[in-house]
Amino acid sequence: MLRAVLQSIEDRTGAVSGVRRFLDEDIPASAGWHQVLGSVALFAFLAQIFTGFLLALNYAPTPGEAWDSLRYIVTQVAAGSIIRALHHWGASLMIIVVGLHMAQTFLWGAYKKPRETTWIVGVLLLLLTLAFGLSGYLLTWDNRAYWGTIVTTRIMGLAPGGSVLLRALGAEGGQIGRVAFVRFYAAHVTLLPILTMGLILFHVYLVRRHGVTPAPGDELLPKKKFFPEQVFRDTVAIFVWCAALTLMVAFVKVPLGRIADPTDTSFVPRPEWYFLFLFQFLKFFQGPLEFFGAVVIPGLAVAALILMPWFDRGRMVRIQRRTAAISVAGIAALAWTALTATAVATTPKQIDEDATEEVQSWQTIPASQLAGIGVFRRENCTNCHMPGHSAPDLAAMPTPKDAAWLRNHFKSLTENEATALVQLLSKRTDDVLDAWRKAPDDIVQGAMVYHESACSSCHTLNGEGGNDGPSLNGLRLRHDREWVKAHFADPDKLSPGSEMPPFNFKSQELEQVTSYIMSIPK
Amino acid sequence: MGGVIAAAAGVPAALYLLVKPKNKNSGEWVEVAELDQLRAGQPEEIVYNRKRTDGWRRVDEKTSTWLVRTETDAVIAYNPACTHLGCAYHWDAVGNAGAGQFECPCHGSAFSMEGKVIAGPAPRPLDRYLARIDGGKVLINPETRSV
Repeated sequence: MLRAVLQSIEDRTGAVSGVRRFLDEDIPASAGWHQVLGSVALFAFLAQIFTGFLLALNYAPTPGEAWDSLRYIVTQVAAGSIIRALHHWGASLMIIVVGLHMAQTFLWGAYKKPRETTWIVGVLLLLLTLAFGLSGYLLTWDNRAYWGTIVTTRIMGLAPGGSVLLRALGAEGGQIGRVAFVRFYAAHVTLLPILTMGLILFHVYLVRRHGVTPAPGDELLPKKKFFPEQVFRDTVAIFVWCAALTLMVAFVKVPLGRIADPTDTSFVPRPEWYFLFLFQFLKFFQGPLEFFGAVVIPGLAVAALILMPWFDRGRMVRIQRRTAAISVAGIAALAWTALTATAVATTPKQIDEDATEEVQSWQTIPASQLAGIGVFRRENCTNCHMPGHSAPDLAAMPTPKDAAWLRNHFKSLTENEATALVQLLSKRTDDVLDAWRKAPDDIVQGAMVYHESACSSCHTLNGEGGNDGPSLNGLRLRHDREWVKAHFADPDKLSPGSEMPPFNFKSQELEQVTSYIMSIPK
Repeated sequence: MGGVIAAAAGVPAALYLLVKPKNKNSGEWVEVAELDQLRAGQPEEIVYNRKRTDGWRRVDEKTSTWLVRTETDAVIAYNPACTHLGCAYHWDAVGNAGAGQFECPCHGSAFSMEGKVIAGPAPRPLDRYLARIDGGKVLINPETRSV
């Protein structure tokens, strides 16, 4: 039965013998684990197409709305954050795999005559992979994306004919707006995939035409078949790649920052890790030299990469006999690592709001109300204020009493505590009710310390308070926890000229009030 | 091994495509009319604005509903789409032997004032929205399915 079906497919399409010919390819006796990387790279590319297609099903390619829809994908769509992380880390892993594939080809001298074209097509595929990374970087439309792409396009503008290139990208004058955005998107999802697929086909065709490069000495040994041994190795390698990607997706969070804000002057743009070396390299070239650092030298480097088969023409394939070529490559790899490491080390620790985390209602209500919730909880008001008891259920309906009545009702409490409760009960919004149920205790304690210390007489927080000191909304973006704690003890030392008096909290109170302030978003 | 790889990609993809996205905004009551502007036995098409969650957007859109005031001063609110293929139906006061009927122009479905199918291919009565009267105003809840 199966045989008949296969035979009829074979008669009509030749598919069966085609697959057989593909699997029966002769490969050198030395072929082995080092040659699996090409297959992994191909698979990584196909996986990117798959996850990219899924993302596109819920993505609006317009500035602003792009961010909204991506946030929707990662916070509301089932498995959306997984698909997005697969695409994000898949891109990084693909760069690594393509890089390793290239390094392997180089070390084995596999680009030598007659395989020069295969090598050149490979270099072009590397450049396309980087172009994917560059164009995809903008599509999240958060601050990282926006500012990173602004810098990249300005660099492109330095090249000869750069202004024409920017016009083609819709980024005239280095501005990134709607036109540039849709062009980056169009490149990312139509032009680049088509070019890449075409070149991959050509690349694979050339590999088949010239055969897998034999190791020195085994040209004369009997050939092996691609199937089953090498197919098995490829599958194992792809499996390892899958496992690595799964680990990344599971344990490394993909950030989505605040929506792109062209007026944000505090943001320090950094490119994706695989472009950091270039970013760092550019720092050596200032003023008129910038042109060399940004255009001439990278251009020469790419040209050198393409022309590699003609620089390294010797017949020698063995690594030990190609000291010159290998040392050049070694120095390049060292330089890349050093530049990247320096860039990583000098990147300021940036704290950005994580837009994938839902802002909770208790993060948005004034401190006095949150303190009121604390007093309400501490005094066990719900002993009486609950359904079926003597006092009204304050969660179910707002109190009809006025402020004077309430103050009298709370006369056993301190002035500050009574104020907090009056604030809580007389401005009862949905957010307040929600916070009442959900606010974590240590945060509420922090708000009580905040309220008791009258921080709001100088600082505004969630719309409540004075203007003598800076607003505390988003303080966590400007300073870290340790700074805030040290600042309480000696404001003048950390902010010279500050009029804020020192606060010597007990250690528990210090932790609580700091946690509270650090929980307030921008 | 191939199966594990396929499952690793396929399971999240299936969830992504098939599970309904989370939506915390739903079931808002909208005021659409005053009870006094409705007369028993005379369905009215009311055009109103409502907020609806459309993917990643909360949109404010113009839409309509058919309101029927009953003899007992309750109000029925109908989804304005025919239950056959979703065309917009209208009220014909002389049809159904003078009792009036909702008529769909597409395939000739007709519904009584109570929403029952009296002609045509419609598979079920007209869909209703939750409706209530509060202080002389008619409120409907178009996002929550009526039972």
